Amino acid sequence: MQMPDPNPDVIARKARIVARLQKVLASDAVIHDPAETRAYECDALTAYRCPPLAAVLPSSTQEVSEVLKICHQEGVPVVPRGAGTSLAGGALPTADCVILGVARMTEVLETDYANRFIRVQTGRTNLSVTGAVEEEDFFYAPDPSSQLACAIAGNIAMNSGGAHCLKYGVTTNNLMGVTMVLMDGTVVELGGAHLDAGGYDLLGLVCGSEGQLGVVTEATLRILRKPEGARPVLMAFDSNEVAGACVSDIIKAGVLPVAIEFMDRPCIEACEAFAKAGYPMCEALLIVEVEGSEDEIAEQLGLILQIARRHNPLELREAQDADEAGRIWLGRKSAFGAMGQINDYICLDGTIPVSELPYVLRRIAEMAEGYGLQVANVFHAGDGNMHPLILFDANGGELEKAEALGADILRLCVEVGGCLTGEHGVGIEKRDLMSDQYGAADLEAQMAVKDVFDPDWLLNPAKVFPLDASERRRSLALAAE
Amino acid sequence: MRPQSEAELAGIIAGATGPFHVRGGGTRAIGRPVAGEVLETGGLSGITLYEPGALTLVVQAGTPLAEVEAALAAEGQRLAFEPMDFRGLLGTSGAPTIGGVVAANVSGPRRVQAGACRDFCLGVRFVDGTGQVIRNGGRVMKNVTGYDLVKLVAGSWGTLGVLTEVSLKVLPVPEAAACLMIDGLSDAAAVGVMAQALGSPFEITGAAHASSGVDGHPVTMLRIEGFAGSVDYRAGRLQEMFADHPVRVERDPDRIRAGWAWVRDVERMHDAAGDVWRISCKPSDAPALTARLEAGTLLYDWGGGLVWALMPEGTDARARLGAFDGHATLVRGSEASRAALPVFQPEPAALATLSAGLRARFDPRGLLNPGLMG
Ligand SMILES: Cc1cc2nc3c(=O)[nH]c(=O)nc-3n(C[C@H](O)[C@H](O)[C@H](O)COP(=O)(O)OP(=O)(O)OC[C@H]3O[C@@H](n4cnc5c(N)ncnc54)[C@H](O)[C@@H]3O)c2cc1C
Repeated sequence: MQMPDPNPDVIARKARIVARLQKVLASDAVIHDPAETRAYECDALTAYRCPPLAAVLPSSTQEVSEVLKICHQEGVPVVPRGAGTSLAGGALPTADCVILGVARMTEVLETDYANRFIRVQTGRTNLSVTGAVEEEDFFYAPDPSSQLACAIAGNIAMNSGGAHCLKYGVTTNNLMGVTMVLMDGTVVELGGAHLDAGGYDLLGLVCGSEGQLGVVTEATLRILRKPEGARPVLMAFDSNEVAGACVSDIIKAGVLPVAIEFMDRPCIEACEAFAKAGYPMCEALLIVEVEGSEDEIAEQLGLILQIARRHNPLELREAQDADEAGRIWLGRKSAFGAMGQINDYICLDGTIPVSELPYVLRRIAEMAEGYGLQVANVFHAGDGNMHPLILFDANGGELEKAEALGADILRLCVEVGGCLTGEHGVGIEKRDLMSDQYGAADLEAQMAVKDVFDPDWLLNPAKVFPLDASERRRSLALAAE
Repeated sequence: MRPQSEAELAGIIAGATGPFHVRGGGTRAIGRPVAGEVLETGGLSGITLYEPGALTLVVQAGTPLAEVEAALAAEGQRLAFEPMDFRGLLGTSGAPTIGGVVAANVSGPRRVQAGACRDFCLGVRFVDGTGQVIRNGGRVMKNVTGYDLVKLVAGSWGTLGVLTEVSLKVLPVPEAAACLMIDGLSDAAAVGVMAQALGSPFEITGAAHASSGVDGHPVTMLRIEGFAGSVDYRAGRLQEMFADHPVRVERDPDRIRAGWAWVRDVERMHDAAGDVWRISCKPSDAPALTARLEAGTLLYDWGGGLVWALMPEGTDARARLGAFDGHATLVRGSEASRAALPVFQPEPAALATLSAGLRARFDPRGLLNPGLMG
């Protein structure tokens, strides 16, 4: 993975830059000793590492603004960071950058049940947002598997999703407003406790912009009343095709499950070995969850099971109690952990039209065989968001091969009408594949947006766009200093 | 001008020397009057792809909305965001197009639960002010590949580009619906009732209050939709919740449809003289805000988060509202009102700079609906 050469001029000014930052922040909030900056050298895409010039941990929007003003004046690239769980290398530093972490900004600023929102500082973790409103039986819907660790800041930057997004939407559908600091230190408010934009939908533009347009410090999030109950059902099929057709029929029938999760044989086997959830051994498993009162659950599950039976399932297992429901989810929830036990893995998240599921799964298996690698699939089937896990041995030098297979799989997703990433973001990982999905003019239009928000291309500059596509802009910015 | 293809449209814009007034069906004539040659999208028509099993529809921008809705209805599906029809309110004629719906990000009562038009837009193709064809998003349900220009273009009223194709997420039409009605509430009490209902687990898909309903008296309406058994259950639970009030329950689908179309299209104000303002605010702020407005007639949708106010011609509603969390749009106003008052809420300086910057990038020659958004 190529990264631009660090700017030697910035590195040479490290002492001055650090001194200026120390003037506006608490002394323990500026980290510059190489022994300590190492803690920020990577995110969850751990194959790529580079310690930053310095890392700062401001405590308020005002401090973020001060930091950005200094970095702007000094021409220092800034990489915003939440909890560092990005799987795409979105928070990967360069040697000449300042990491701006919002981890100390975790306050709940306002909870408003009558208007159904919560306002938080963005360093707060996803799960603790729900934690703050649970007492009143409310919750924050987007639920990435990393929700215990990941921050709202990263969720907004990546427009993260989760298993329950089929019904409730992803981050952008649940984000009402942000306070954001532009690279020159200007603080802007986008959206708020109201439901739509008065002018251009800049909030919609910022969500998913991977920390390249501004540093988001506060967020107004929609909260929902918890449903009265929820229950999953497990379905086993003897082929991916049949399971795929079943998914499509359920959706068409007008039931809106909160989640439809899909696991293929390699994944089932690994999860079973790891978590012993008692899954049946088969080619494809679906977990379908519905919500409501007891009667509403029964009504929906009745219909879903009726549809499933038309597809000759090997087994249908309806959770009879909370314990059984827990076991149905157990295997799925430990999928990543299970894979991690066996091997190193790369987790992709290309999205495809649901109708292409069987074809894509077959092609992935063929391609994997061609590379001599194993791929396990576990994914959000209701919305076609795949999660092929490519297993490889990093010590055995298989990383490059695994990455090449990953790129082939993502190209396949694009080919069948899908996209490179459904929820993890582009970061550095998929940066160079962007030209497979978008033409030059499409990328140019996106980069033009960055020109408006960050004319000097100092915010997270080497991400999202292929380096050659963004090169002119990045070097102009350098020359302008 | 009425191009028949995206390529022709791109050529027209690339070679243009003067401004255009971009028009779909011409039914949503809001904004500052635009001086420019009319550029119609009606030639770009037809459904490109419809996969009911994947809940996705790809359609050319100039396709009449009625055609889209008929195709969906044939499969038992619909546009869940319930786009408003502006014709009655604005006295316009013509056939609304799907591109116009997206360009104006038009959402109806169900917005409060299902999301806005922009939340159902999966992808767009558009021609920018230089004549460049630009694609963004796609046709899959989840997509974070690059920036979300789909949301930027949705609601930009044709000032950043002319839409040529949109991909939408569609949803099944539920089996049953019910509408609960409570008569005689004050605006403040109604907003309280709606907040309580929306904060319940019973999935309210519409919460509206008219200070003067069809019969001239205040009425508060709550809608629920879903499978028949579930609708029965939730209607019962909501009646228990509001046991202090006499609650009427409507179950006739046609009457429910008509009632919510009345709210969606702001029918109360169709034939009434005066300017019509649309105010987007924090729901619980609505009663205090409207008290400051001294409006003739008021309609609250989205649990109070959306207020329609009928005002004497030329009144500056914003001056009466003062600063608040939200914005006010002059949706219907005489030419004189629209010339005197900004139609869209003026943005704070920093945001106005960003908006102007975006416009300068996407339409550097200022050809597309110049001045419409201010
Ligand atoms: C085991 C595991 C499971 C996961 N499961 C899911 C899943 O189910 N769904 C899903 O969508 N993702 C998932 N992820 C990916 C990841 O958790 C999400 O992308 C998450 O939103 C990142 O949040 P973070 O706070 O860790 O962000 P970081 O990793 O710190 O940063 C992510 C991006 O956000 C930018 N950023 C950070 N803070 C700010 C800010 N204040 N302002 C502007 N930009 C900022 C960064 O520059 C970077 O580009 C998973 C990751 C792991 C490791």
